[in-house]
Amino acid sequence: MKRQLRLLRLLGTELPVVAILGFALLPWIWMMLSSFRPDSELTHSPITLIPSQLTLVHHIELLQRTSFIWNLRDSLVVACGAVALGLGLALPAAYAFSRFRFRGRGALRTGFLVINMFPVVMLILPLFVLMRELGLLDTYVALIAGHATFTLPFAIWLLTSYVDGIPQELDQAAMIDGATRLQTLWLVVLPLALPGVVAVGIYLFITSWNEYLFALMLAGRNVRTVTVALQLFIGENQIQWGLLMAGGTLVALPATILFLFAQRQLVGGLTGGAVKG
Amino acid sequence: MNVSTAQQRRVPSQAWGTKGGGRRSSILRPGATPWLMLAPALAAAAILVLLPVLDTLWMSFHDVILYRPRSRPFAGLANYAWALTDPVFWESLRHSLVWIVCAVSLQFALGFAAALLLNRSFAWRGIARALIVVPWALPSVIIGLIWTWMLDFNLGVLNEIGVRLGLLSASIPWLAQPSTAMAGVLLAIVWQGFPFFAVTLLAGLQAIPGELYEAASIDGAGPFGKFRHITLPGLAGVMATALLLRMIWVANSLDLILVMTNGGPGTATQTLPLHAFLTAWSGGNYGHGAALSVLLTLLLLGVVVAYVWRNRA
Repeated sequence: MKRQLRLLRLLGTELPVVAILGFALLPWIWMMLSSFRPDSELTHSPITLIPSQLTLVHHIELLQRTSFIWNLRDSLVVACGAVALGLGLALPAAYAFSRFRFRGRGALRTGFLVINMFPVVMLILPLFVLMRELGLLDTYVALIAGHATFTLPFAIWLLTSYVDGIPQELDQAAMIDGATRLQTLWLVVLPLALPGVVAVGIYLFITSWNEYLFALMLAGRNVRTVTVALQLFIGENQIQWGLLMAGGTLVALPATILFLFAQRQLVGGLTGGAVKG
Repeated sequence: MNVSTAQQRRVPSQAWGTKGGGRRSSILRPGATPWLMLAPALAAAAILVLLPVLDTLWMSFHDVILYRPRSRPFAGLANYAWALTDPVFWESLRHSLVWIVCAVSLQFALGFAAALLLNRSFAWRGIARALIVVPWALPSVIIGLIWTWMLDFNLGVLNEIGVRLGLLSASIPWLAQPSTAMAGVLLAIVWQGFPFFAVTLLAGLQAIPGELYEAASIDGAGPFGKFRHITLPGLAGVMATALLLRMIWVANSLDLILVMTNGGPGTATQTLPLHAFLTAWSGGNYGHGAALSVLLTLLLLGVVVAYVWRNRA
């Protein structure tokens, strides 16, 4: 009886899970595997599934002979800037939404929600023109501002629910002790909401690090993020798959690790809006 | 509570600039404080979202050409007339419908199956739940890269496996021929998006109280009856919100197609947002591109209204 149950679980649950996980992970694994295989194996048809040897030649060439290391730096600067600016904008806004009941509050919350609904094509051309006129085209500032604003609705939404979870009595106690609103936010609410703030920060980082269209349109020459750089590799006549796969492996790593790290908080928040309905 | 201490401490707080009056009344009657805290976010949204949207609306009624920025004469509805009489618009609209319907339904089906499986108990459930999100964390560019590589005519692993297993009689240039290109990009977007449904629906499943299933068992309900009368109604709200959100996202997304096929071969994978982008950017005609963007927004309006209505605060 026990053995039958165990077999049932194996066939009815674990094998299907293995199949779905295989679909989710094998393409990613194939990319990483390809980045460690010599060109002789990558570019000869018919291809072999099992590598005969592994090599770091593509990774070394990518970092030594292309501008990729500078692209990594640009992506890092932009993503960190977007985290700082995004949190700086979203945290006071979330606090206001959580702690105050004022005229227009509901309409504003809905308004922020709608920001995400506009097609990016609707924004990208005027933004390009605007940044060109301000002389900000192809600078960190343009990209950081674009990324931070585009992720603002979700950051505010998520932070509001985290701040909601901190009792108002703590604010009141702090203010009775003489703290201002900003001091209360900085010294009382922020430390308590830190896990949530970190999760939102990671979300902002991943979104900015992964973003392509803004990075292509608002920058691309002086400031070239990794996603744009990789796409330019593809555009070349002779596609160098080894280099591309090495680049993809390196770029995917930070986002994947951060996502796995913050998953519990993020998934709760990402799905909060959906679960609520 | 020591009232006098509180009274004494109130004095310096006013020197720091808190609004006068009792603390409690400042929570009930907030005055300008929330607006000051919202001001930076509102300013950013106004300059970087609202202004561009209005600008696109304006451009859609004017003759705006990239290489002629000074002269932008009023064009009335000419841009819209051009868009609606252009056969490429209707083709792009058709592609967009195929793209949205196939991508969202396949993502949903796969994600729902994954959520039901991951909600059961088995030893390595935690690690399986963590790893299922990997495709979702990757940049679109890399997803496009991975699938272009795997679908390659000569060097792609999928063709190789298909031929070896006898599923394909010969290699297929998936992304290079019009009849299969859409299937290729759909495969990539399904891969990217199904974890979203998996985690969303899994969270929804976990929110259904276990007592309901126990009560149903006592009443003699079988697995199908429980699924039909408890799981589905319990998940309906989550499903609706997740589907609406995903539809908007998939309808607007263009980077994956841009990376994999650039809308080609020919216009075989050109969806509406990509058509708008390529018209404005490669074609240099901002007026036409703006009109196409506005049309896309109008087409999506119903879905957006439904989503916002569900999420209204």
